[in-house]
Amino acid sequence: MKPDSITLISFGSFEKKLLPEIVDDIARVTGVPVLYKEGFIDVGEYFCPERKQYDGNRLLHEIESNFATGTGKTIALFNVDLFIPILTFIYGQAFLNGRCGIVSGYRLRNEKYGLTADDKVFTERLIKEIIHELGHTFGLKHCLNPVCVMRSSTYVEDIDQKSSAFCGTCREIGSF
Amino acid sequence: MTKKISILVVDDESSVRDSLYNWFIEDGFEVACAEDAKTALQMLESEEFDIILSDIKMPGMDGLEMLKRIKNLKKDAIVIMMTAFATVETAVQALKEGAFDYVTKPFDPDDLTHLIRNASRQVSLMDENEKLKEKVISLENVEDLIGESEGMQKVLREIANVAQSSASVIINGESGTGKELVARAIHANSARRFFPLVSVHCGALSESLLESELFGHEKGAFTGAIYSRKGRFEMADNGTIFLDEIATISPKMQVELLRVLETRSFMRVGGNKEIKSDFRVICATNRDLKAMVDNGTFREDLYYRLNVVQINVPPLRERTGDIPLLAEYFIKKYCTSMNRPLMTIEPAAIRRLEEFPFPGNIRELENMIERAIVVGNGKRITLKDLPIEKTGVSYNVESLDDVEKQHISFILNKYNWNISSAAKALKVDRVTLYNKIRKYSLKQA
Repeated sequence: MKPDSITLISFGSFEKKLLPEIVDDIARVTGVPVLYKEGFIDVGEYFCPERKQYDGNRLLHEIESNFATGTGKTIALFNVDLFIPILTFIYGQAFLNGRCGIVSGYRLRNEKYGLTADDKVFTERLIKEIIHELGHTFGLKHCLNPVCVMRSSTYVEDIDQKSSAFCGTCREIGSF
Repeated sequence: MTKKISILVVDDESSVRDSLYNWFIEDGFEVACAEDAKTALQMLESEEFDIILSDIKMPGMDGLEMLKRIKNLKKDAIVIMMTAFATVETAVQALKEGAFDYVTKPFDPDDLTHLIRNASRQVSLMDENEKLKEKVISLENVEDLIGESEGMQKVLREIANVAQSSASVIINGESGTGKELVARAIHANSARRFFPLVSVHCGALSESLLESELFGHEKGAFTGAIYSRKGRFEMADNGTIFLDEIATISPKMQVELLRVLETRSFMRVGGNKEIKSDFRVICATNRDLKAMVDNGTFREDLYYRLNVVQINVPPLRERTGDIPLLAEYFIKKYCTSMNRPLMTIEPAAIRRLEEFPFPGNIRELENMIERAIVVGNGKRITLKDLPIEKTGVSYNVESLDDVEKQHISFILNKYNWNISSAAKALKVDRVTLYNKIRKYSLKQA
């Protein structure tokens, strides 16, 4: 069943001004109205001193417990370096067939890799990652189609190579 | 549809299990988790997993001990060990114990993807390999033994019964009945099928040559032994040794063979090191070994050692009902090998074949069909293509030896006593043919 809405919530230092720019793209791909707002949690509580990163699993559970409501889907947006115990970093993660996901812009910026800042590229990457995590909440798994947004990405270059749209098979599975 | 790869994650930390579970589920794998080695081993007893990803440091049984036990359960299991405390020693130990790979936590996402991709490729290759092996074996089985007659069905049932054991087998049957094919079928259906089937034609070799063939020799053991050489018993390790024409071996070789069968160990000719080999013995003979035991030409103890199971392959004249099937099979075989369109055979020709007593059994039928294809019109084998009327063997002979003598004499005359051509036609080697000529005192007219 299609959710009645998708809500993007920005936390901490994530640039809130980007939200109005990206909602239309996400609504167009998913076919679901997209809302946005600002949320407040102490992100510092999720900092892991040994790894000098933020615990993605705990943050996701926090969003699930206190911010995901009703039948809608929620994506929480951060600007911190996320990790999960087995991986050195993640761009984001979500509950498969669940109500929420998280995405961080921290590793999506060119500056992080010593390149010239490019807001357009950053916004495109962010949109793709948000749609990718939303796809998981719609029950979609990683897709082998090289241009499908559900293609797994381990480097930013991988994100650049795929499109922001679902392939035919994923559209069918997710009922978009 | 491609089978989904299944992964078992073994780690005492729930956050690690959950993270890996989510990661793999998102990648479309089937995933199960176990919180300790004991639970994992219990799960492995009832379920099959393609890849096992396990932590090394766990309370209770650690990952390395679990790896050993998994390898005991399933030799080719793909186990990837992971740890947060990497040392060269544990990595080396894990790989020595048979781990597929060794990784340190946390992984780079790209490393994890590559690791699982490599392991999945290995799973697919192993699957493919297994299927190809089965296919090859089934092809061998289907192609080799043909016959719907009761006599042949009995042989097939006996092969199926005996194949799974390691018992010694004696295959009895006239020359040309397909004893070697029966031996191949037993080997191909046994647990030893992935190891060699080594054939030795005892009748073709002199005593000293046979000894060197069977046991191997060391460099300088005798004149001409320039290199050391493995013997057939050594080559057949874990597999099967097929001793054809066992009745022809000398009394000395009978003693040697008995000793090897009892101890499964031997020394190379000229060597002083004992070599052990685990092989199964299948023998074949066209003589009555029991009668040879009774008249003292074959050792009784060796006979009983070899004769755990006896399979009697019926001569073709006792299963004439199989002739149409066999003829059809050989027509297909030779038309294919000669790159000719598939021929048919007229009913009258089949009837003539069914009436013929075939002293040379299936080998003779095969030669007859091959000849008919060569001389025939290329579409249909007719009566005139069969050499039966002109060359029919006169059957006022009684013993097999008489039949053999008559047939060899016929072939020798046919090829103007050219030994190489005659041996080729008889499908024996030249030494055997010379031995037979001597045995039957055959002389050129």
